[in-house]
Amino acid sequence: MQPIRTIESRTVVIPVTNIDTDQIIPARFLTTTTREGLGKQAFADWRYDANGAVKADFILNKPEVAGCAILVAGRNFGCGSSREHAPWALLDYGFRAVISTEIADIFRNNSLKNGLLPIVVDDQTHQWLMNNPGANVTIDLETTTLTLPTGATAKFPIEGFARVCLMNGVDELGFLLQQAPAIGRYEAARTF
Amino acid sequence: MTARTLFEKIWEQHQVVPESADAPAVLYIDLHLVHEVTSPQAFSVLRAQNLKVRRPERVLATMDHSTPTDPDEVFGRVPIKVESAARQVKEFEKNCREFGIELHGLGSDTRGIVHVIGPELGATQPGKTIVCGDSHTATHGAFGALAFGIGTTEVGHVLATQCLLQRRPKTLAIEVTGKLRPGVTAKDLILAIIGEIGVSGGTGYVIEYRGPAIEALSMEERMTVCNMSIEAGARAGLIAPDETTFEYLEGRRFAPQGKAWDEAVARWRELKTDPGAKFDRVVTIDASSLEPMISYGTHPGMVVPISGKVPEVANDPVHAKALSYMGLNGGEAMVGKPIQVVFIGSCTNGRLSDLELAAGVLKGRKVAGGVRMLVVPGSQQVKREAERLGLDKIFTDAGAEWRESGCSMCIGMNGDTAGRGQYTVSTSNRNFEGRQGAGARTLLASPATAAAAAIAGKIADPRAYLPH
Repeated sequence: MQPIRTIESRTVVIPVTNIDTDQIIPARFLTTTTREGLGKQAFADWRYDANGAVKADFILNKPEVAGCAILVAGRNFGCGSSREHAPWALLDYGFRAVISTEIADIFRNNSLKNGLLPIVVDDQTHQWLMNNPGANVTIDLETTTLTLPTGATAKFPIEGFARVCLMNGVDELGFLLQQAPAIGRYEAARTF
Repeated sequence: MTARTLFEKIWEQHQVVPESADAPAVLYIDLHLVHEVTSPQAFSVLRAQNLKVRRPERVLATMDHSTPTDPDEVFGRVPIKVESAARQVKEFEKNCREFGIELHGLGSDTRGIVHVIGPELGATQPGKTIVCGDSHTATHGAFGALAFGIGTTEVGHVLATQCLLQRRPKTLAIEVTGKLRPGVTAKDLILAIIGEIGVSGGTGYVIEYRGPAIEALSMEERMTVCNMSIEAGARAGLIAPDETTFEYLEGRRFAPQGKAWDEAVARWRELKTDPGAKFDRVVTIDASSLEPMISYGTHPGMVVPISGKVPEVANDPVHAKALSYMGLNGGEAMVGKPIQVVFIGSCTNGRLSDLELAAGVLKGRKVAGGVRMLVVPGSQQVKREAERLGLDKIFTDAGAEWRESGCSMCIGMNGDTAGRGQYTVSTSNRNFEGRQGAGARTLLASPATAAAAAIAGKIADPRAYLPH
């Protein structure tokens, strides 16, 4: 994984609460056995109609969002299924961060393990972002600060260990594998 | 000694390394359930890094999500119609073979939905940590196990190390007082709970369901309740083990036997929240006040009592979007709405008692003209038991389809789907847009409500159809 320090991009706003992972990538695309190439299926049923034609009024189909790497969405983003295909699809589509007031647990974990930043902000910052689609925003992982084009800043919470892994491009599996002696001792000491 | 919750007892027993400010806990996993859809990319990581599965005997592998329910496909008389699913099934067989994992695969009489076979084989036991690349893993919490869903990267972590990096969640007690009234099921109870606390009300928490109404539930009913914890945002839901739990487990294939059984039961009796232990949050629900429930919208918190109306919410574009997708209007009664499909099955309601409940409603009656009814047992064992009781005959005589086990129309990625715009009364767990097929409209309910709708051809109060 590439180390991540800051992300600077314009935003795309999808002003919908409780966007579940079935919307982010519908289940019929989960018969894949790789993690690549899922971006074309991100939000498939919101981007395309029953005949596969582009729905011109959906925000991701508008020309002005090309190149935007930050998605701003309503409360409780990523709820539902544990499919890691959801962050894989968003990353492959070109997103590098998701901002909401609340992000579902499993989706947040999955995102952190793949370098998609799940950013939870306060209501006031969120409202500003919802009202200003396309705003150029900077996310600084080192200072855990989000900066709006107005110069206003907001701190965001992020699990400390995951943050260090992201900043150094380190895979958590490597850390766990190093715990093998402790795991072995635990297994040997178990009495049940 | 400090009074501890059930969750805290299990958590503390499984810490290989406790959490610190710098790092999450290294948590040992006793049982890893693996299926064909969320594991292929994890096995690829193991191959790429030349890693082995640390404890293959702690892995329970089966196929359920993308597998067909048509017997000809399941038993290889015709090829699996969804070609990508066929490839996924083949790859899973290869992965299990090469990594030394026992597979309850296609054609096996122990195959089934992963959350149905874990308990029925006795692999699910009190006090265990259980994970699976599936958000409905909370089902196993019904036994007093700490069970939660994980992503594919974490599936790889557990395969390689039998451990996960985890921050300790908060605790939420849901106290259910009173007694469920006749015709009101465990499914109605959990739908009411989600309606009450909301679809993110449990985010960051492990739920412990407690109180007399919970203690009165059978194991299968407890599984229905715990199963939908994730629909309230909680990764895990627990119920303290008791005599009902021990009676269910005794004699099952992976349950301890003889002296080991007695020792296990003695240990399991300690697995309850101590008097005076503190939860981070407590919610109380009165079971006696509940009616059969049904969903009207596009998430499982959008529910009303069956006699209720679609809520009217002014100036809420998200509510309006949900009603537009569902083709419903605020103020409209739920009862009487015509439906086209009925689905009975899933890890929520695909066990024997669910099929018995639906069959009790259907016996001697017919599925209404123009309605397609699909009954999919949760496992091959459930299927055999149902057939022994003649339930399959009741379903097929009524005009329903009787299938092999699997996730089927709950997830709509295996060939079983509802059509665009069709209303499906479903005993599954999610009514998200497109969940049961692109454009399909899901109405979540209990097996009794689903069976009543099949007969009436429209949404109906199941209490008018239940045998006395």
